[in-house]
Amino acid sequence: MVERSLAKRAAPHLFLILAIAVILIPVWVAFVASTRTLSDILAAPMSLLPGTHLVENYVRALVHGSDNLGASALTMLQNSLIMALGIAVGKIAVSLLAAFAIVYFDFRLRKFCFWTIIVTLMLPVEIRIMPTYKVVADLHMLDSYWGLILPMIVSATAVFLFRQFFMSVPREIAEASQIDGSSPMTFFRRILLPMTRTPIAAMFVIQFIYGWNQYLWPLLITTKQSYYTLLIGINRMLAVADAQVEWQIVMATTLIAMIPPILVVLFMQRQFVTGMTDTEK
Amino acid sequence: MKRLVIALAAFALLCGTAFAEPVTIEFWHAMGGKNGDVTQAIIDKFNASQGDYKVVGVFKGSYADTMNAGIAAFRAGQPPAILQVYEVGTATMMAAKGAIVPVYKLMKEEGRSFDPHEFIPAISGYYSTSAGQMLSMPFNSSTAVMYYNKDAFRKAGLDPAKPPTTWPEVFADARKLKAAGYAGGLTSNWFGWIQLENFSAWHNLPFGTKSNGFDGFDTRLVFNGPLQLRHLTNLYNLSKEGVFIYGGRDNAANTLFTSGQVPIHFESIGGYGAMKSTCTFDFGVAMLPYYPDVKGAPQNSIIGGASLWVLAKQSPAQYKGVAAFLTFLSKPDIQSYFHEQTGYLPVTLAAYKLTKEQGYYKDNPGLEVAIRQLNYKTPTPNSRGIRFGYMPQIRTICDEQWESILGGKETVKQGLDNMVRLGDELLRKFEKIAEAE
Amino acid sequence: MAKQYEFSSRRLPYLLVLPQMVIVFVFFFWPALQAVWQSLYMQDAFGLSMIFVGLSNYVRLFKDPSYLNSLFISFAFAAVVAFSAMILALFLAVQANRRIRGAAFYKTMLVWPYAMATLVAGVLWLFLFSPNVGIIAYFLKHSLGVDWNHLLRAGQAFLLVSIAATWKQISYNFVFFLAGLQNVPAALVEAAAIDGAGPFRRFWSVVFPLLSPTTFYLLTMNLVYAFFETFPIIHQVTEGGPGQATNILVYRVYKDGVINLDLGASSAESVILMLIVIGLTVLQFRFVERKVTY
Repeated sequence: MVERSLAKRAAPHLFLILAIAVILIPVWVAFVASTRTLSDILAAPMSLLPGTHLVENYVRALVHGSDNLGASALTMLQNSLIMALGIAVGKIAVSLLAAFAIVYFDFRLRKFCFWTIIVTLMLPVEIRIMPTYKVVADLHMLDSYWGLILPMIVSATAVFLFRQFFMSVPREIAEASQIDGSSPMTFFRRILLPMTRTPIAAMFVIQFIYGWNQYLWPLLITTKQSYYTLLIGINRMLAVADAQVEWQIVMATTLIAMIPPILVVLFMQRQFVTGMTDTEK
Repeated sequence: MKRLVIALAAFALLCGTAFAEPVTIEFWHAMGGKNGDVTQAIIDKFNASQGDYKVVGVFKGSYADTMNAGIAAFRAGQPPAILQVYEVGTATMMAAKGAIVPVYKLMKEEGRSFDPHEFIPAISGYYSTSAGQMLSMPFNSSTAVMYYNKDAFRKAGLDPAKPPTTWPEVFADARKLKAAGYAGGLTSNWFGWIQLENFSAWHNLPFGTKSNGFDGFDTRLVFNGPLQLRHLTNLYNLSKEGVFIYGGRDNAANTLFTSGQVPIHFESIGGYGAMKSTCTFDFGVAMLPYYPDVKGAPQNSIIGGASLWVLAKQSPAQYKGVAAFLTFLSKPDIQSYFHEQTGYLPVTLAAYKLTKEQGYYKDNPGLEVAIRQLNYKTPTPNSRGIRFGYMPQIRTICDEQWESILGGKETVKQGLDNMVRLGDELLRKFEKIAEAE
Repeated sequence: MAKQYEFSSRRLPYLLVLPQMVIVFVFFFWPALQAVWQSLYMQDAFGLSMIFVGLSNYVRLFKDPSYLNSLFISFAFAAVVAFSAMILALFLAVQANRRIRGAAFYKTMLVWPYAMATLVAGVLWLFLFSPNVGIIAYFLKHSLGVDWNHLLRAGQAFLLVSIAATWKQISYNFVFFLAGLQNVPAALVEAAAIDGAGPFRRFWSVVFPLLSPTTFYLLTMNLVYAFFETFPIIHQVTEGGPGQATNILVYRVYKDGVINLDLGASSAESVILMLIVIGLTVLQFRFVERKVTY
């Protein structure tokens, strides 16, 4: 009986540890590769213990980048950050305004606007890339941060979340504010926004990660190295014509690309978990 | 007051010319790794040699990525001035009359001397009209050759000074190498280009009708003949024995060779520079093998690599700069430098001569192998080159079918027939669009 | 809920929705319409000549065995990925939801991969399984005698992209299942226990039905994920090969549009994909309906 209950108590630990191991192993191997030389890696199998070239590889990735990539991880890190922040902040700002209008105002096109926005939940950018590319090109936004950011802030998730939240705010607050004679925008700025802090934080995490992890879109519209994001850089390093892939630099860059979104998740885990599950509820 | 304004304007104008920023010329290319460094070095040399123009080289990824990025940019109204396009994109570029400026025309308008006869015939022919006018500027030309690991040959008791010259010999040696403990005997990059296009030309067999597409759009593919069938069947059987190792599409098989796992490898001579810097063993370069019972074989191999196309929508100053840059590129010393550093072939006869005089081939006989192979015999309509629309897709079809054959999903015959049938469908589509223009 | 609008203004609400509406129209509706329009034409790569061909791009697709194969592969891939990612996540969520020591640590360790880019997941697994340098590929070959070469073997390639795609998606599902489980009233489970139901029965007859809204929502999201967001994995790991073994629809749209420069075919494929997503979304809306008050 005791034995059985011991096994029973140990089982969840075992399963969870196994799962975590499966998650960590690929990351560990990548880390090891990023501390070794290319010939260590090519002489398969590579040892699973870290090598001695960590500093060398990371410095080279950050400052110089893989041979002939023409972009260092530092530049790409900066681009990824600008894109992710731009998408997160842009989406939140635009959505807050739209949700405010839809919940607090009665206007003729209200329903139309709401449904127009909701429909965008449907089509991921992946399936309308070619025409979107054309639009962005016509607007002369290829190779620009605007081009990277604007088409990505279409989606309706944030409008949806903020709308749900605004609807849960007691109406009396707005009434009182109106009786006090404040304008709608004053109410929005002074009262509504501070109340929305938590959903905004949650949205920020989700959209930051969404933005950071964009791939197909930047792949299409960044033709200059100075606009490469980290993920594009990784792809380009793996696609060198007629030459050997520098796995150690690729892996160092891959780890660099993993760090910022993971930090955001770890530091804002609570807000993000509630926010993510609330969006859909 | 008015006078002052005029004076100021004149002054500004003067300053403008005197301190003008150099005219920027965008050059999009697919040269990664070592080849990219060399390309950049040449660009830097050009920029340092004069102050009027500044060429900006941009690496755009694979050949397909680069071509597509250039076309997309053209559609968006912002094309680069110079676009590197792989040889199979030639038909597409030629058909797009409104999008390109033919090089011969540009050179004439800019008053530069430009004589097709200064180029190696097998190279200039690939990029010329039937009237002999060169439409694009050959840049990195290559051809397929056989690389072999000399250390492995020694280990397996083979003579490293005498690489196999026929396919049956290659197969026999590959089996011996496998038996000597190697992971496999042979592998190959660029399946369609090497094992079908070059294979057909080398045996003086047509790849498609109408001189491989040089004479018109209403062409058909014909590379599912008995010899090709025999060759692929041999490779397939070797793959089942574990002697032929498939390494992936494009140049993915390189690692198999450079890591020492597979000692015989088919790859572009353009990979020579990279091989030299990656291989930790002694390797050699030999001509493509042939089947000795085929009459007239070997013929001559065809080129690969890419040429530079000048795109429309540039300013007059930019065109001047492009002409200057292209002239600079064809200078013998630049050509010779590019050739020696990358392994791509010199495109002009003068550069070949210069390299030879410098004694470079004594230390690097491999590079001359490629040139001799390309010039082995006077090109016939079967060996001048390949010019079909949607050629990149046709190569993808070949890759896919080849993978299905090796994976056992279809027989060699079925696969080869499928390549031709699917390819022909694309050719009909290309014909329809090209004629509508 | 009865609607009460607090503010009245003629212009302000329009000004407020304007940015969102502009973005939606410029970057969403206009491109979507363009896709429909272009799918009726055949054109050359440079866009210099266009021929109206009616529906023949569509007809061509449905007559093309390789397209039908892509359709099949996409659904198979989506089913495999959605099923495995959900079942594994549910199992782990149940484990982590027990009152065990270190639960918080386990949760964190299982949640963070959510932040990983799909491309990174692809690159990491590619590196492990690369036939030339991959450690797992080496181990499979030398210890188990499995000659791993996903460049050649359709089944292995499919397996590899499925593993990478599933691996990446588990934490997303985990977060939702865990939240769902935490909302299950403990009293209900205890009552079932008193009735003598074993742990397995308790889960299936009491807990799982309560999770059904979450499960259904996740099913839709996972299908959408597998259909579209796995693009980076396919692009990086297999490029749709070997043969056509992993050539899912979204990769085809990219390949035909961007690489092959065949805009007619690519647009027709986009439109078909749109119809598929609209189908999925309608499914989801029937579920969300109850919660949207309009």
